[in-house]
Amino acid sequence: MKNIAILVLILFITFINSTAQSYFTKNGKVSFFSAAPFEDIKADNNQVISIINGSTGDVRFSLLNNAFHFKNSVMEVHFNESYIESAKYPKSSFKGRINDLSKVNFTTDGSYPVVVSGELTIHGVTNKVSISGTISVSGGVITGTSKFKVNLADYKISIPKVVKGNIAEVVDLDVSCVYEKKI
Amino acid sequence: MKSIKLIIVFLFFCTTLVAQDDTDLMKQLEKDSNKTNYTTATFKSTRLITGHTIETLGKGILDVRILHRFAPINRGLYDFFGLDYASMRLGFDYGITNNIMVGIGRSTWQKTYDALFKIKILKQSTGAVNMPVTLTFVSTFATRSDLARKDTLNNRILINFADRTSFSEQLIVSRKFSNNFSLQFMPIFIFNHNKIDSINTYTKNKDNIVYGQKRKNTFALGFGGRLKVSKRVAINLEYYYQMPDAKPGIRFNSLSLGVDIETGGHIFQMHFTNANGMTEKSFITDTDDKWRDGYIRFGFNISRVFKVGKP
Repeated sequence: MKNIAILVLILFITFINSTAQSYFTKNGKVSFFSAAPFEDIKADNNQVISIINGSTGDVRFSLLNNAFHFKNSVMEVHFNESYIESAKYPKSSFKGRINDLSKVNFTTDGSYPVVVSGELTIHGVTNKVSISGTISVSGGVITGTSKFKVNLADYKISIPKVVKGNIAEVVDLDVSCVYEKKI
Repeated sequence: MKSIKLIIVFLFFCTTLVAQDDTDLMKQLEKDSNKTNYTTATFKSTRLITGHTIETLGKGILDVRILHRFAPINRGLYDFFGLDYASMRLGFDYGITNNIMVGIGRSTWQKTYDALFKIKILKQSTGAVNMPVTLTFVSTFATRSDLARKDTLNNRILINFADRTSFSEQLIVSRKFSNNFSLQFMPIFIFNHNKIDSINTYTKNKDNIVYGQKRKNTFALGFGGRLKVSKRVAINLEYYYQMPDAKPGIRFNSLSLGVDIETGGHIFQMHFTNANGMTEKSFITDTDDKWRDGYIRFGFNISRVFKVGKP
C-alpha cells in the first residue's frame, strides 16, 4: 500500500510539474522617470528578461543597465559612468515570489492585482522589497505591469552636491512585460 | 515513517528541480539576448587636451566650447604667472548622428577661423561583435584672417587664401583598457603653406626667427591617454611628435598634461602645456617653446552641452 501511495504521489507531483507553466519574455520594458528642473530624466530599456513560474509563483527579472536609452546621449553616458556604473555593475535584477498565487489564474481572462516580495539588486546593492503590480490575462496573453519608486540612497547611488537640485533622489519605475509560454 | 521521509525528500527534490529550472531558463534567456556591447566613455570629452579624442557628440547635441591659454608661467608675479594675457578659442560643435559631428571655431591667435568634420568608423565592442579598438577620422580646416596688405587706397586686403589656410587629416585609434585607463594613438598630416610671419610675443626665440620662411606639410605622431582617478575626475596626457624633416628649429613638439572634471552637463579641462594655439595646425606645428625652459602655460577648456536636435 505504502509503495502505491508513493507511486501515486510521484505521479501526482510529476503531473503538477508537467502542467506547471512558465512564462517568459526577452523584450520586457522597464522605464524610469524623474522630474528635474532643467530637463526630465527619462530612459527606456526594452530588452528586459523576465520569467514567471505559474506553479511556484517565482518571478524573476534581469536587465542590462547599459540598455537603458535616453533621448539625451550625454545623460546616457553620465548614467552609465557616474550613477549606475555599468562597467562595475552591468546588471540589475529582481528575484521574488508572488505572495498570493492562489488568487491568480493564468488560464482565465482577468486582471489580478498581486504583491511580489523578493530581492531587488541595483548598483550591486540588494534590498528586500515588496512591490505591487498587476498580472492580466487576456486571450492567453499574460501581461505583468507595475509602478513603484526606488530611493537612490538605498542602492548607494550618490548624487554629487553640485547637481543635487537637478536630480530627484527618488525615481519612478514603470515595468511592463508581455509574456510568452515556455514550450 | 519511512515513506513520509521519502515523500519529504522527494518533495524537496522536486522543489529544487523547479528552482533549478527557473535559473537555467534565466541563464538561457540571458545567453540568447547576448548583444554587441559597445564601449562607451573611452574619454570624457571630444578633446583630450587640445587635440581630438575618438569621442564624437551624440545626435542632436550642441557643445559650446570656450578655451583659454595664458602666457607662460615663467613670466612671474608681475604678469601673475601669465594669467594677465589670455588667448582664446570659442567653438561650437554639433552631433549630426551618433557617429558624425561637425564644428566651427574662432581663435584669438592669428585671428583664425576653423571648421572640423569628425566621423567614428569603428567602435570598440564585445559580445556578438568583438572589436578591440575604436577608430575615428578627423578633418580640420583653418584660415587666418590676420594676413593682410594695404592696397593703394589704404584698404586692408587679405592675402592669397592658400597662403593663410591649413588643413589637417587625422586618424585616431583608441582602446579603453579598463574602466579607468584608455590610450590613443593619433597620426596626423597637416597641409600648411602659411609662411612663418608671426611668432608668439612671449617666446624665448623671438629674435632668432627668420620671417617669410615657407612651411612644409607636416606629419606628426600623437600619443595620449587618460587615467580616471574618480568617477568624475580624470588625468590626461597628450603629446605630438613632429617628423623632423618639416619641423623648423624654432618650433617644438607640444606636450600637455591636464585634468578633466565633469559635473553634469559641464566638463572643465584644466592643463599645463607648452602650446599656445588651439587648432591642429597651430598647436602641433606652431609651438614656440619648450617645457624645459619653463615656458609652460596654464589653460582651460570649458565644455557645456545642450540637447538641441531631436534624437
